Amino acid sequence: MDNNNRWRTIDIVIASVLGVAFGVIFWAWGLLWNGPADAIPLPGRAVLYGVWLVPAVLGALVVRKPGAAFYTLTFAALVSVALGTSWGWTIVVQGPLEAAAGELAFALFAYRTYRLPVALLAATLAGLAASIYDVFVWYPGTAWGSFRLPYILLTAASSLVVAGLGSVALTRALANTGALDRFPAARDRAPI
Amino acid sequence: MINVEPVAVPGAPLARRNPVAKLAAALVFSFILIATLDPVAPAIAIAVELAVLPLFGVRYGVLARRAWPLLASAGGILVTLVLFAADRSGPVLVEAGPVLVTQGVLVTALGLVLRMLAVALPGIIVFATTDATDLADALIQNAKAPARFAIGALAAFRLVPLLEQEWRMISMARRARGVDAGRNPVARLRLFVSTAFALLVGAIRRGTRLAVAMDARGFDAGTPRTVARRQRFTAADGLLILGATALAGAALAVSVVLGTFRPLIG
Amino acid sequence: MSAVGVRGFGWRHAGRKAWAVRGVDLRIDRGERVLLLGPSGAGKSTLLAALAGLLPEDSGEQEGTVEIDGLDPRKARERVGVVFQDPETQLVMARAGDDVAFGLENRGVPAEEIWPRVDEALRRVGFPYGRDRPTAALSGGEQQRLALAGALALRPGLLLLDEPTANLDPAGATLVRRAVADALDADTTLILVEHRVAEALPLVDRVVVLEPGGGVRADGSPEAVFAAHGEALAAAGVWVPGHTVPPRHATAPPGEALLAADRLGLPPRLAPTDLQVRAGEALAVLGPNGAGKSTLALLLGGLLRPGIGAATATAALAGRDARTPPHRWRAPALARRIGSVFQDPEHQFVTGTVRDELALGPRRTGQDEAAVRATVDGLLDRLGLARLAGANPYTLSGGEARRLSVATALATAPRLIICDEPTFGQDRRTWRELVDLFAELRDAGHGVVTVTHDPDFVAALADRTVTLERA
Ligand SMILES: Nc1ncnc2c1ncn2[C@@H]1O[C@H](COP(=O)(O)OP(=O)(O)OP(=O)(O)O)[C@@H](O)[C@H]1O
Ligand SMILES: Nc1ncnc2c1ncn2[C@@H]1O[C@H](COP(=O)(O)OP(=O)(O)OP(=O)(O)O)[C@@H](O)[C@H]1O
Ligand SMILES: [Mg+2]
Ligand SMILES: [Mg+2]
Repeated sequence: MDNNNRWRTIDIVIASVLGVAFGVIFWAWGLLWNGPADAIPLPGRAVLYGVWLVPAVLGALVVRKPGAAFYTLTFAALVSVALGTSWGWTIVVQGPLEAAAGELAFALFAYRTYRLPVALLAATLAGLAASIYDVFVWYPGTAWGSFRLPYILLTAASSLVVAGLGSVALTRALANTGALDRFPAARDRAPI
Repeated sequence: MINVEPVAVPGAPLARRNPVAKLAAALVFSFILIATLDPVAPAIAIAVELAVLPLFGVRYGVLARRAWPLLASAGGILVTLVLFAADRSGPVLVEAGPVLVTQGVLVTALGLVLRMLAVALPGIIVFATTDATDLADALIQNAKAPARFAIGALAAFRLVPLLEQEWRMISMARRARGVDAGRNPVARLRLFVSTAFALLVGAIRRGTRLAVAMDARGFDAGTPRTVARRQRFTAADGLLILGATALAGAALAVSVVLGTFRPLIG
Repeated sequence: MSAVGVRGFGWRHAGRKAWAVRGVDLRIDRGERVLLLGPSGAGKSTLLAALAGLLPEDSGEQEGTVEIDGLDPRKARERVGVVFQDPETQLVMARAGDDVAFGLENRGVPAEEIWPRVDEALRRVGFPYGRDRPTAALSGGEQQRLALAGALALRPGLLLLDEPTANLDPAGATLVRRAVADALDADTTLILVEHRVAEALPLVDRVVVLEPGGGVRADGSPEAVFAAHGEALAAAGVWVPGHTVPPRHATAPPGEALLAADRLGLPPRLAPTDLQVRAGEALAVLGPNGAGKSTLALLLGGLLRPGIGAATATAALAGRDARTPPHRWRAPALARRIGSVFQDPEHQFVTGTVRDELALGPRRTGQDEAAVRATVDGLLDRLGLARLAGANPYTLSGGEARRLSVATALATAPRLIICDEPTFGQDRRTWRELVDLFAELRDAGHGVVTVTHDPDFVAALADRTVTLERA
């Protein structure tokens, strides 16, 4: 069991590659979030929030090692900072926070199961952590009824769908291409 | 379009500092400021940041180019607060239908916008003056970060500019095979999604081979690693962190003395 | 200084029913220099990966044993230096010097020894830039040299090289071979995979030929092996020296012009170039690494917008569309008229199986299902890919991937076909099949443009050559 939890080189590199890919996506998504998506005023815009949390769930589903959710999302956040996002630096704190919340779900199941319900739980926890941080740090002084609660609920729901369901679907699609052949996620394909 | 190269003028006194020191200084500086909601402390901090910029060898034009997305964010915060502020005390400035802008609201919004700029600029300065390899080296040698993770992350980070090239290759490959979207927006979106997916798959395959190549050269073979590039953490680096702490503390102190200090929680 | 022992070795990649290699028995003593031969797909790269300890247990199934100096190769990695088929994915660090140093750091070489060893390795392979050169800015040939330097710096007891000169221009290939020869001291063991036997022979003193179905077909000194099995090996696909291939030049004079480049260029990648492509003629584009050949191929193929000058199609190629330049055509129209094969096959794959990959073009250009099936089956068969029809294109061997990418362009039988390095990594049999396919297309009145470093290919097929110079 111990040995199973040790990260191989490929685990580190692929988690990092996912981090890099999503770092670039975050960077682009940030431009969208503060650009065209401004047309949907907050808190409604939170329906798009789930994208920020995908790497936490995806990383864990692909790599399946303790710390995968935490590492992938944290690194993605750092990459987007290095590329220059609109939230700059503060993501250096917010990223790990959300990531830790997602990680918690997998830890609760002792890193033994990576099925849909766990993925959904991880996504929801990450979404809650992210939005609670937001309302305190970025939107202090807003009203709970008209802003904070809807914002938190919408974010959690968006995260559940986009980061939870989305990551499960994406993992499956990636496994079907054969790109994940060295990971447990791809173990059940038929030989040719 | 995506630029990950450092842009500092080589040899600038503070750009040469140890990357971990720069990182720590920027973090300390930023997060002392997050504690308050008033506009005074961040305004002082921004002034300090702009003042030390030449010491980092970053030109103001470069900073402006890297910082413009921040302004978009600032606009977003302003709008949100005008619409959803809970506390609308103070003299009314504008009243248009449901929108009620009071002086209290504006001061809070101004504080937030200034704070976001004050907090974000140090990050931009650090990354604009630091090479990724040096940062990884310093994290390993001076901050005791696990070497396997730092180097794995560094190797993956090298793919950032390659992803852009890869995107062009994939698009060309599709065109050569008769796949394009024309003017139909739905077809365009589908092509975009499938190109992005292909890019992700390609990145994972590349990563898999990269991992094999790293193993082939003895990465993670159990032998203790040596380091070819020494990163030193000197007294000057310590001073940089101390200086950042002192300056941020001073900004807070001024705000307390002026009576504008408003803690984040409470 | 390492000895290799292989007993009854076999490996089956995860997801495959067939064994990639099987039943290999081999003993290689310290200091021997071995050329490993075998048809494309025989399992040469797989065997090298096993020797380098790079076949992870979770990626397939193993039979028999492999030992380096009596150790499991996964535990003997510090004795082995390896350069794979594609250099691009072997570079780890952002700067050339750091990349060479990477392996030394991993092995715990004392810091003060690292840089002298890096400099020496770079000098030995004739790396033209300093240590600070960004690895992303290197051409394919330069990357190959750097990868070799990374392996040599480790002073390995066993050096494994998988087609180290594929994609190099002839001068660069000579240089790399000389670097390898210089680097070998009396007790470095070398195992080299290289299809072009004639060039590799000066480096080796023993030849081992893998049999595709399993086992070792021939083993001994080059003279003995080629004298005893020359004929049979040539028929099986080995490039036996002295067995020349009959040329297939055009018998009829070239027909109408199809495409003209008029001061076509994309600074700084390609200087302005004039050239004309005609029906019924095979045109070969030659030139050193980095001269802009691939860029020219993409420009002619309507895939890149020219920086200067123009590519103009004639009415014979494009009918009324001839008035607009190829890079503005809609994709289906382009694919019907011009087929392109990229230098890196993997850049080209868009589907999940070999069969779909071949069927995509014909379907897109509107052939009916029966015709698609006939085209696909015909190509699979001729290029030796039939047993791989259901495989994922990215799991193919180097030579198989190259053939598939060429076949995708042949599948739509466009009037003009532009191929970037169509023959690298091919054994003699698949190479001849490719030459025949191109020759048939040309003789049927199609235009054929090939970018190539392969002098045999030029001698066998080209009716005319254009040579680009380095800008
Ligand atoms: N990662 C992989 N997954 C599945 N099958 C593979 C993989 N790599 C290689 N194969 C298959 O194993 C067989 C042997 O491949 P290998 O790359 O060893 O051949 P090779 O002798 O090096 O050929 P070439 O001369 O074309 O490079 C081929 O049929 C190939 O399709
Ligand atoms: N996408 C790109 N962006 C910028 N420069 C490039 C790009 N691709 C190639 N180059 C540069 O343009 C020059 C010509 O490249 P090209 O690939 O066309 O050369 P080539 O003649 O095909 O070389 P080779 O024989 O090594 O394949 C090289 O110096 C290369 O480094
Ligand atoms: Mg091979
Ligand atoms: Mg080329």
